[in-house]
Amino acid sequence: MIAVEVSHVVKSFADKVAVDDLSFSVAQGEMFGLIGPNGAGKTTTIRMMMDIIKPDSGSVTIFGEKLGEATKNRLGYLPEERGLYKKLSVLESIVYLASLKGMDRHSAAEKADELLNQTGMLPNKKKKIEELSRGMSQIIQFIVTIIHDPQLVILDEPFAGLDPVNTELLKEMFADLRNQGKAVILSTHQMNQVEELCDRILMINNGHAILYGDLSEIKSRYRGNSVFLDFNGKLGEIPGVTNKRTHKGYIELILDEETTHQQVLAHLVNRGVVIDRFEVATPSLNEIFLKEVGKKL
Amino acid sequence: MNKTLLIFRHEFLHTIRRKGFIIMTLTVPVLALLAIGIFQLISTTSRPPVIETTTIGYVDEAGGFDHYTTQGHIEMVRFNTTDEATTALIDGDVSEYFVIPSDYMSTGVINRYTLERQLETPPTIATVIKNFLTSNLLEGKVPADTVYLIESPLNLVVTRLTETGEVAAEQGGYGNAIIPGIFSLLLALSLVLSSTYMVQGLGDEKENRLIEVLLSSVSTRQLLIGKVLGLGTTGLVQVVVWLISAPLLLNLASSTFGGFISTIQIPANFLILGIFYFILGYLLFAALSVGTGAISPNAREGQQLSMIYTLLAFVPLWFSSILFIFPNSPIWLALTIFPITAPVATMLRLGVSDIAAWELAVSIAVLVLSIIGILYLAIRAFRVYLLMYGKRPTWGEIIRNLRSG
Repeated sequence: MIAVEVSHVVKSFADKVAVDDLSFSVAQGEMFGLIGPNGAGKTTTIRMMMDIIKPDSGSVTIFGEKLGEATKNRLGYLPEERGLYKKLSVLESIVYLASLKGMDRHSAAEKADELLNQTGMLPNKKKKIEELSRGMSQIIQFIVTIIHDPQLVILDEPFAGLDPVNTELLKEMFADLRNQGKAVILSTHQMNQVEELCDRILMINNGHAILYGDLSEIKSRYRGNSVFLDFNGKLGEIPGVTNKRTHKGYIELILDEETTHQQVLAHLVNRGVVIDRFEVATPSLNEIFLKEVGKKL
Repeated sequence: MNKTLLIFRHEFLHTIRRKGFIIMTLTVPVLALLAIGIFQLISTTSRPPVIETTTIGYVDEAGGFDHYTTQGHIEMVRFNTTDEATTALIDGDVSEYFVIPSDYMSTGVINRYTLERQLETPPTIATVIKNFLTSNLLEGKVPADTVYLIESPLNLVVTRLTETGEVAAEQGGYGNAIIPGIFSLLLALSLVLSSTYMVQGLGDEKENRLIEVLLSSVSTRQLLIGKVLGLGTTGLVQVVVWLISAPLLLNLASSTFGGFISTIQIPANFLILGIFYFILGYLLFAALSVGTGAISPNAREGQQLSMIYTLLAFVPLWFSSILFIFPNSPIWLALTIFPITAPVATMLRLGVSDIAAWELAVSIAVLVLSIIGILYLAIRAFRVYLLMYGKRPTWGEIIRNLRSG
């Protein structure tokens, strides 16, 4: 089932077009990456999905309908910059915000205990938010985002300011959400995180879509015709290899148009070369982004 | 539970647990109790004060002014010449002296001499000299009782009648104005305090982006109406605490102090109208503060903007002296109908004079319509300006955006 359908949305602010004719959809059970540099239009897109601001034109549907009170209860949103009521305790904050998502206070308190326990935050349950560290309050905010068991979870820069331990903790929880069949939208400018977690992506820059689709398909589309090789023995001439570049610890073989990676591998095996690493050179999302932005400039 | 009710409940509980609110609510009864306690303590431990007798001198050149030299706490000492009197004044034997010249009977002129620089003769001294002269002039010519009456011929006792000719329950006077006066001052202070909470709260929610989390759960309308009602109810709690404590404290105070305090009354219509205006005032200021919070980029600028209407709340108090002299001045009609000043102005007036029913009706109607209208505009403005973090809109932009928003 389609969780989110964004169709030709446009949003301009006084001096610039923030989002220009953007369309994409996110299905249930997938982790979707919304990526682009700062100021690309990611947060504006999310705010339109949340009905916090209205698009100038185009439409957004969540689970097939326009966002209303009932639909709001089915989504969880972690905004880019975090804030909670400083004077409230951890438990009070979670229970209040969960009740606004339609949960009754009793089950919200029970579920809060469970999630606090899972994240190792249970000892801080009665502390005021202002007594927590930045990382801790981010975990609380994440708990607020998912406590009501939302079918669609939107996370805006979820790893900003987190230490590696908490980053890993969140990554595991995101994977759990996807495995439970929920749609997860991960908006970030940290493209390496998206590479690691997402199934499909939408890459935007200056409000325009640059790339949209299956992550592995996109990466294979941008795959250059070269391989990375770490080996022992004598390499000699290899048919189809037009150039060799030496990197630290490995070399890169540039292949001609007709030669495939498989042919090169077969040749090396036949020659008895001991291979420690053979990797089809795939550009990172960052490199793909730079390449695409360079094209547009 | 309905989401508006959830926000209402949260805002209400959040506000009544604030230190500022608790202090403001409890200060009134606690301070009054303290005052009564301190008064009792002092009156039981201290001796009655000794009133000093003042001595003033006089020179009688006209003759015949020999008696009645003791007037209250003032003793008059006769001197034969002005030189003697001047010496006594310089030596400090008398605090001042006056001369009755020989032609007094034809001119009525009295010359007064003092070492002090004064704007005019103190009224007590003038009265004492006048009574001394009157008593001596009339001595033997009219009975002593008549002399007393001539000296103070007017002891006005006023009774207010109803239209049917019976004695009215409320007799007016300053005793009636005290409680409404105190309540109107407290209302003005509470309105400032509650506006501060609202603007601060919204400013914080905008600054730390909690507003986005809230709006991903509830609509702007639910959020703002919940907040306004929450704050309105805290106003109700506050006024109920004060109104319950007021009669108890008054009883205690009148038995302790007696005198003027025992004449203090709470006008009957004040109870109902007072509560009504208190709540309407709270709702209006909450709606204004929501609007201010909407167009302000942060809490600090919101506070500055809210000064405009919180200062207006005090305007009726500035004019209160005019009210006591000219209770029917058109200024009061204007202040009663203008919504921002209406709650405080009406409360003040209730203690001083009657307010025509049509004035109350118009005032309440304007207040209610203003609350609805301002809340409606605030909700629109809130959506338009929600995400203008750190940018202050111009007035032109505000009006344009309210039309299109």
